[in-house]
Amino acid sequence: MNILKITLLIVLAFLFANQASARFETHDFATPQMEKDYNVLVQELRCLVCQNQNLADSNAELAQDMRLRVYKMLSEGSSKNEIVDFMVLRYGDFVMYRPPVKKSTLVLWYSPLIFFAVAAIVVVSYLRRQKKEVEQVVDKQQQKKAKSLLDD
Amino acid sequence: MARYSVLIGFFIMIGGFAYMLNLTNTGEYNPRDIPTEFIGRAAPAINVPDLYNESEVVKTSDMKGKVWLFNVWGTWCPECWREHKYLMELSRSGVPIVGLNWRDERAEAKDMLTKMGNPFLKIGYDPDSSVAIDWGVYGAPETFLINAEGMVVAKHAGGVTPAVWQEKFEKFFIKNSNF
Repeated sequence: MNILKITLLIVLAFLFANQASARFETHDFATPQMEKDYNVLVQELRCLVCQNQNLADSNAELAQDMRLRVYKMLSEGSSKNEIVDFMVLRYGDFVMYRPPVKKSTLVLWYSPLIFFAVAAIVVVSYLRRQKKEVEQVVDKQQQKKAKSLLDD
Repeated sequence: MARYSVLIGFFIMIGGFAYMLNLTNTGEYNPRDIPTEFIGRAAPAINVPDLYNESEVVKTSDMKGKVWLFNVWGTWCPECWREHKYLMELSRSGVPIVGLNWRDERAEAKDMLTKMGNPFLKIGYDPDSSVAIDWGVYGAPETFLINAEGMVVAKHAGGVTPAVWQEKFEKFFIKNSNF
């Protein structure tokens, strides 16, 4: 049990260790807001080489260059939205690490919820049916008992 | 009927899986492929110095009026070495190819071209991906086809082979009498 708790703690620690942005290279930011914006952007943009990582986590060379581009654009005064739009214009929606909620991605976003709802309905109706069967059996047993008592 | 529903559902899933597996084994269906956003749009600028002549700036506008290929390559990319021979063939038969030497060392790039020949009219030197990002490039080799009006009309991620040429690019060159 102790080992389990320790393992859980270590896993949790790793899950929350992801907040740092200066994982690979450091930049000098003109303002703290710029640094905040940079952190948000490199976590929201996907690495196109290591496609399951965001720019913050990937050390692929293209990711390094994309981070540099983000930094340059922020330094030149672009907003977060402008930078995301810039990347989407060139790489498509896939460059957003979290897929946008659009008509074409509604299935992606909501099908897990729908599956879960369907599964919940199936489980609940199964349990209800079980309960009814048990009640019917009990009912039948009571009828039998009543009959045998009456027959005496 | 209800007792068979699980079995039916199972077979439907198996069928779907088999269908998708078949798709991924044929043609170009590749889940990691990122389709280009530029088909039908004006080709982005290049605007970086030439690999050989550093005082010359390679410009997209220089190629206006021609149908041409824009090939992104690097000496670090094995597929680029493999497609090089066919690029030489294409350039010898008159296809204009502008190169982008991506994330490379000038000396090594020149070395490779000395060894294997130079199929390019001009080569942009892009050590920090500024041009690559502008064109939505995510790997090498990638080749774009730009028409005479300066619009991107086709793109291929991966090496250009005779099959790729025939399927994707050839049709845009046939109409022109002087490439």
